[in-house]
Amino acid sequence: MTPGIIDSNVWFGRWPFRRLPGDEPADLLGRLQRAGVRQAWVGSFDALFHRDMGAVNERLAADCRALGDGEFCLPFGTVNPKLPDWEDDLRRCREAHHMRGIRLAPAYHGYPLDDPSFVSLVRRAAEQQLIVELLISLEDQRTQPARGRVPTLDMAPLIDLVKQASGLQLVLLGAFHASKRDVIERLAAAGEVYFEIATLEGMGGLTRLIEWVSVDRILFGSAAPFFYISSAVLKLEESDLAGRQLEQICFANAERLIPRPR
Amino acid sequence: MLPRATPRIWDLHCHITSPAGRTPIERMADLMRYADRMRIERVCIYMGYPHSMQPSPERLREENDQVLEALSHWHDRAFGFCYVSGEHVEASLKEIDRCVRDGPMVGIKLWVAKRCNDPSLDPIIRRAAELKAVIFQHTWLKTDGNNGPGESTPDDLVELAKRHPGVPLICGHTGGTWELGIRTVRPMKQISIDLAGSDPTNGFTEMAVRELGADRVIYGSDAPGRSFASQLAKVVGADLDDATKEQILGGNLRRMMAPILAAKGVRV
Repeated sequence: MTPGIIDSNVWFGRWPFRRLPGDEPADLLGRLQRAGVRQAWVGSFDALFHRDMGAVNERLAADCRALGDGEFCLPFGTVNPKLPDWEDDLRRCREAHHMRGIRLAPAYHGYPLDDPSFVSLVRRAAEQQLIVELLISLEDQRTQPARGRVPTLDMAPLIDLVKQASGLQLVLLGAFHASKRDVIERLAAAGEVYFEIATLEGMGGLTRLIEWVSVDRILFGSAAPFFYISSAVLKLEESDLAGRQLEQICFANAERLIPRPR
Repeated sequence: MLPRATPRIWDLHCHITSPAGRTPIERMADLMRYADRMRIERVCIYMGYPHSMQPSPERLREENDQVLEALSHWHDRAFGFCYVSGEHVEASLKEIDRCVRDGPMVGIKLWVAKRCNDPSLDPIIRRAAELKAVIFQHTWLKTDGNNGPGESTPDDLVELAKRHPGVPLICGHTGGTWELGIRTVRPMKQISIDLAGSDPTNGFTEMAVRELGADRVIYGSDAPGRSFASQLAKVVGADLDDATKEQILGGNLRRMMAPILAAKGVRV
């Protein structure tokens, strides 16, 4: 087991289409700790489906504060730029909840990645030094329930946005379901873009991804409790990684984004 | 995360399609390098490269030859399943005789050439059953409606099973949409499920064990297209006791293969 993992892709709340083992925050905390995780960046499943984003983010912040020592789970609130007055949700994430980042879900909120309000939101977040986690995909399109269908996002428009949004730190969640190597490589070259590994597939996938984007852009991510946490942990064993590479993926890259408190 | 005292892991579902290497033997070596890292004792391999969804009789033979070549250096670590097609029944029967009856293979693989509810496949199933070969049928139930014309669903496999009572069958991928796949095959005790080749969605294996019983659930990866890690996690990470995990990771497959291995004098 690798000590001290920072998991950049964790979720609180109930997935509406099935109960997931570990979908109670306290239970999930135990599972993460047993897997060697020491910090989790947490978003809310509710944020994918609810309109009252203020309440969703407030609950998320409160749940994170209440767990463990209050430092284990870092809340990433969600802003939906298609909702009226989304600007105030962004303000509250930063000012009221002191969040370090936000988690956006375009496929669930119904906008493409060249939507003007999305572009505006990402620029503002970058100006305010908020990390932007962007959910590209969670559930395989081929298995989504009839009433829970979401489209596959075209990531190509992000390339120009990343080049233009000064100071943007972008973390792509679930980028590998429908990934094309050239888009991923171009995104990595465009700016400070990170990729977490929950949907990374293929034998020795991490070795291959390091060739595509370099090891300093890869973050540990489990998508727990949607996926078994072991999946991401075992990927660290499957690929032949040097000790330093393992440290970078497990925590050092994440600590560049959110430094350890002194 | 993978316990040191790992049980004997047998992987039902591997290919030599995309590992690194110019020859089947080199590709097999690459596959086994990763299998070793994940402490997998044995793998089942089927189909060659490049994949052919509508293989001609000649192509079936070529792909089976590639697998035979791969096995030639790895007979102590790998089992081969003979690639057959419902579109070419006579040719498939000859391949079963060549590769299973007279060769080292221990199972058959039906992919996406023809839906398996078609009675024209029956001679293939009967021949495989006579030889006690493991019968593996790919299934997917794509909720986006993108099933290929010859791609079987778990419902198709149930129809096939009803025509061949008592013959053990494996539902490849559990139909992908596993909650539906598990429910579909549940009444047919002769059908076991393959966990391979879908996302490591939390709760999959727990539901399978609850609804089917642990003895009908078999670990497979679909490597190298899938990661060994993500697929092992479905068992290693499940809320199940160690004995159940051991059954799924290898015990059930060993039990299913026991008759043909005994017939071939293979000790494992």
